[in-house]
Amino acid sequence: MSAASWRARGARRSGVTALALGALAASFAADLATGPALLPIGDVLRSLAGISDDAMLNAIVHRLRLPIAVMAALVGAALGLSGAVMQTILNNPLASSYTLGISAGAGFGAALAILAGAALPLPRGWAPAEAWAVPLAAFLFAGLACALVAAVGRLRGATPELLVLAGIACLFLFQSLLSLLQFLASPEALQQIVFWLFGSLMRASLGRAAIVAAVLLAVVPLLLRDAWRLTALRLGDERAAALGVRVGALRLRCFVAVSLLTGVAVAFVGTIGFVGLVAPHIARMLVGEDQRHLLPASAVFGALLLSVASVASKVIVPGTVFPIGIVTALVGVPFFAWLVLVAGPRGGWR
Amino acid sequence: MRIGVHGLGVRFGAAEVLRGIELEVAPGEVLAVLGANGAGKSTLLRAIAGVQPHRGQVRWNGAASRPASGIGYMPQDNATSVALSVFEVVLLGRLRSLGLRVAPADLAAAEAALAELGIRGLASRRLGELSGGQRQLVFLAQVLAGNPQALLLDEPTSALDIAHQVQVLGLIGRATRRRGLTTLAVLHDINAAARFADRIALLCDGRLAACGPPAQVLCPALLRAAYGVEVAVMTGPDGRPVVLPLPPVENE
Repeated sequence: MSAASWRARGARRSGVTALALGALAASFAADLATGPALLPIGDVLRSLAGISDDAMLNAIVHRLRLPIAVMAALVGAALGLSGAVMQTILNNPLASSYTLGISAGAGFGAALAILAGAALPLPRGWAPAEAWAVPLAAFLFAGLACALVAAVGRLRGATPELLVLAGIACLFLFQSLLSLLQFLASPEALQQIVFWLFGSLMRASLGRAAIVAAVLLAVVPLLLRDAWRLTALRLGDERAAALGVRVGALRLRCFVAVSLLTGVAVAFVGTIGFVGLVAPHIARMLVGEDQRHLLPASAVFGALLLSVASVASKVIVPGTVFPIGIVTALVGVPFFAWLVLVAGPRGGWR
Repeated sequence: MRIGVHGLGVRFGAAEVLRGIELEVAPGEVLAVLGANGAGKSTLLRAIAGVQPHRGQVRWNGAASRPASGIGYMPQDNATSVALSVFEVVLLGRLRSLGLRVAPADLAAAEAALAELGIRGLASRRLGELSGGQRQLVFLAQVLAGNPQALLLDEPTSALDIAHQVQVLGLIGRATRRRGLTTLAVLHDINAAARFADRIALLCDGRLAACGPPAQVLCPALLRAAYGVEVAVMTGPDGRPVVLPLPPVENE
């Protein structure tokens, strides 16, 4: 293979990501067109174009469907991207924010805020503060969980295996603390906690989506700047260091990025598994391990998975919206199984 | 690029793996590092490469900082479960200059390194699909693509057949002399080291037992001390020593 054919392969990989973006656009449109209100697609398009006078229609489209569709794509992108980065820096195919306790940390933070809110009811007029307290606590505790794992990484002689063990310890720690809170919670607070843990896009708003978008816009260029160094890291710490990568500093930068991406994603929609684990695998099978292609593709496939799951959550039982966290794996597992069987074991991990 | 190693020592917990190593390697010179299993050969290379914390100093042309063009360090283990193509692995040798858009000079360097090792045909294959010997050639191409000033090679030919051993050791020797590189190579094959190296450093239990031309170092007494075996040393057709292990004497 010459450099020319390698460049041609790069163009094909970009084509795969572009196709996935096209599929995402279609799924996004379907997400806008579906919902319990069973609105005709023409009405939805008129409302989006701003040429509808129907106040009810405009409220449903602009306040419910658009935020949900945008949030599904953005949160999916954030989770897919953070999963890809974690799998690379920890050299482990099972790494994701869900399997390594970062989502569990967020869940604990949210539960803590829900319980505190129930114990210290805020006066009337404080509803906005209450609405932001749960996501903020979830974000902070996701960051704390990430910091705990990253702190182990700063130990002298820390290996990726040790970091994975630290992540799993973190998962059990926060799950135990969460169980303790659930045990202590009143029935009303327990119901709120359980619903939060399901993960739901119903909490979406365009303001919150803008925050997720801002984090993505800030983090993606920084990660792409490290793309070749992350690719080198796949050859092992020692070989990467020999090639000139400052492995410890790179891992720390990536942990900060993962913490921001996961924290902001789970803070607004709750814990959503599967996407962060599987989107990078799908991307890796289709575009390989050159991180210049893998990182954007993981984000796009994460967005696509969650967007399709969002549509599915509304059409499984017409008139009912299932929590998205329940649907992601139900939708994703058959697709992933098909891909594994068709593509074969080309995911890079054996 | 003159490499100076002064008072180098490495400790793993209570075990002192290397102690008091003093070495000087000149540009254009190949130094083979020999020693029994566990003598500290790979640890010495890792310490010089800067990936192993150590006591003492490693100087590059008298300075503590590593050369800007980097050093070509090839560790022993070859990562396998990676979905990268051979071309991409070799291209990573140019990591210091790679950007989101890969420059033609970097692509040309990767192509030249693949051609130099005769593995252009492997370029589109995935690393995980290759044999151990082929992976060794790929990582050697990666090291050469970086155009380093020093080569630190940990058993670069351990998985190669005899034809490839001759080819690779010849190529490293020529590159060292032509480009004025400074080369340290850990080798297991004493006779290959005798043919290939200008000097040999013999490690014994973490200490430098001897360092000098092959004819000086490869003597029965030193090899007995390093490996615990009796050997006969003869002279080959090229005038270099040939080491022949002798069967142990059985007491009746």
